[in-house]
Amino acid sequence: MMTYILRRILYAIPILFGINLITFALFFMINTPDDMARMQLGQKNIKPEAVVQWKKQHGYDLPLFYNAAKTGTDAVSQTLFFQKSLKLFAFDFGQSDGGRDISFDVSRRMWPSLSIAVPALFLSMLAYIVFAMCLAFFRSTWVDLSGVVLCIILMSISSLFYIIGGQYFFAKILRLVPISGYDGGLDSIKFIALPIFIEVVGGLGAGARWYRTLFLDEMNRDYVKTARAKGLSDSRVMFGHVLKNTLLPILTGVVVIIPSLFMGSLVLESFFGVPGLGSYIIDAIHQQDFAIVRAMVFLGSILYIVGLILTDVSYTWADPRVRLK
Amino acid sequence: MDLLWTDQCFLLMLFVAMLVLVNALRKETSRNRLKFLFRKPLAVCSGIVLFFFLLIATLDCLHLKPVAADGDLSGNRMSVLDKLLAPLDKFYEKTYSAPMALTLFGKETVLKDGQVQQIYPRLNYPPAWIKTTEDRDKLVMGILRDSLLISVLCLAAFGAVMARRRGTWRMSKNLALGSLTFFTCLLFIISSWWLSRYFHLFGTGKIGQDIFYYTVKSIRTGLIIGTLTTLFMLPLALILGIAAGYFGGVVDDMIQYLYTTLSSIPGVLLITASVLSMQTFIANHPEQFSTLDKSADARLLALCLILGVTSWTSLCRLLRAETLKLREIDFVLAARAQACSAWYIIRRHLLPNVMSIVLITLVLDFSFLVLAEAVLSYVGVGVSPMTISWGNMINGARLELAREPLVWWPIAAAFVFMFVLVLASNLFADTVRDAFDPHHN
Repeated sequence: MMTYILRRILYAIPILFGINLITFALFFMINTPDDMARMQLGQKNIKPEAVVQWKKQHGYDLPLFYNAAKTGTDAVSQTLFFQKSLKLFAFDFGQSDGGRDISFDVSRRMWPSLSIAVPALFLSMLAYIVFAMCLAFFRSTWVDLSGVVLCIILMSISSLFYIIGGQYFFAKILRLVPISGYDGGLDSIKFIALPIFIEVVGGLGAGARWYRTLFLDEMNRDYVKTARAKGLSDSRVMFGHVLKNTLLPILTGVVVIIPSLFMGSLVLESFFGVPGLGSYIIDAIHQQDFAIVRAMVFLGSILYIVGLILTDVSYTWADPRVRLK
Repeated sequence: MDLLWTDQCFLLMLFVAMLVLVNALRKETSRNRLKFLFRKPLAVCSGIVLFFFLLIATLDCLHLKPVAADGDLSGNRMSVLDKLLAPLDKFYEKTYSAPMALTLFGKETVLKDGQVQQIYPRLNYPPAWIKTTEDRDKLVMGILRDSLLISVLCLAAFGAVMARRRGTWRMSKNLALGSLTFFTCLLFIISSWWLSRYFHLFGTGKIGQDIFYYTVKSIRTGLIIGTLTTLFMLPLALILGIAAGYFGGVVDDMIQYLYTTLSSIPGVLLITASVLSMQTFIANHPEQFSTLDKSADARLLALCLILGVTSWTSLCRLLRAETLKLREIDFVLAARAQACSAWYIIRRHLLPNVMSIVLITLVLDFSFLVLAEAVLSYVGVGVSPMTISWGNMINGARLELAREPLVWWPIAAAFVFMFVLVLASNLFADTVRDAFDPHHN
């Protein structure tokens, strides 16, 4: 088991290196640091000295891969690729183009993100499972049919509509919750209630429809027929057999996104003014702060790969037939 | 004709789709599957709605040469759709006005007969002879009656032709539902076009732009993103997926490494990073994109390219798995035993067998892409702010909900049109999956 995990981690290194290379190419080779400086300082009327000054200030005045002016290890380490890209492996995110420490910002901003993402995940799992079980239980009746149609309709509505509509209806008309904002401690409940609710409803269509097919697949298995033949009641079959076995594919689908919860939701957070990592990224995009975007791409990829490893591990835990070697 | 890049790609795409369809009709199996599609009422109805969307987008893609008349501003291209909707494309009121209104939405202070008065100023667009709301209502009722009449006549004529051919007035449920959808769409299109000749059908927005015109123009952007992405994604996924599955070994390892790496980066972030660097590129090379609509068009095309490059991985993975399965089946082994070349086997045996997977993925992705456009525009990495799209409309109208009294029509129009398109394509995709999925029976 341990060797398996170790091997997966080692296997992740070339992938992370590839990601690093892709982001480096996007930000430094397609566009040179000169372009970036011009973008930051404004397109018109900038003096070449200002560009040089800006590059020096932010540490972009180095060659890309090989520094011919230096000797020894410095020739490799005093380059943009080493300073800006490889240091991400050590979780050294450096400074944003605005001059702030990215690691500090990330460590402070992940908690608001988590406070929305974690409850939203659990509540939506619960809602999808309950809804999907109802549909599967009443399969091929009008309940099932209208439920599936409802799912397709819910899926077809833009996620922006859920956010804007929810904000308008619950916060402006009914005045149940504040429109946006965030607060620490217990006060945060009134701020995070609506985003969580919207996240659950917004995913309900696609989620419940997917889980319904999982349930139906499971209900067509032979062991269900056996259980029914033994004379077990519908509810015993559903809860005792089908639900337990369906949880397996559901679990593997969920575990992979658990680490990514840190990143929060881009659009939701910026609409509700939650100071999480999602709105951090949006702000960075609007300010054209490429250092933050680069760091976030790397962080997001690491979290996703961790999620993949956790999925495999959770498989062996949930399904004793699976053995990793 | 003076086609933009995206126009050319879109028309090319339509042409290729036609060729594929005609080619497919020659084969018994694909004919049977299409018949299955035609037997499903939902597929027929949603297909008809999609057809109308496609028609509007195609009309909007046929750009004509800019007229160099002296009154013309900056020589903007006009599409056939612009011609149909003219003068709405260049007509601006002062600011907000409600749907079908005759006056502006807000009161303004004007000097009238030497007195200062607070009145609702009259709009410029509705003809002067429509003086009161009674006049308007009479006109609207007349238009609605006439367009209903036209549609019913069309329906009756169609029914008569069908009855003559089939020898009975009885229609199958499908045909009846299909023709009903067709003529409902026709009714909507005729009456809304007719009404837009006299009024701002969906009102006007902040800078006085006609919302109806903007909503209809957005159809092109949505469809282009939904379809052109496919154009860029398909060759990558097909070539790499089949190559990885068929050749195995080092080729397989390299392709697997490539798509694992790309799919490990969270989708939105990869798109964001690519779009940001593309934006910087366009901003720093203004000489290559001479006019505003050319640079906006380049951005739209680049967005499709980026979406395509970031989303081929899942299809590639599916194709690889399917090819791995297929290459062990006897007919492929037999072909290899007869020393058929790899290219021949891929073309004659593998490609036709994975086409159903490709088709299903494409129709399923379409609605996702239309929805994604709106979100990306909000994030600031979508289409250029110059392009008319639902995402930009929603983004611009977001703060209007905070106004008192409420300005709801720009955002509602965008959401409703987007909803109809996405719902139709979701329903269509569902039946396509039922018809073509080999594992689903």
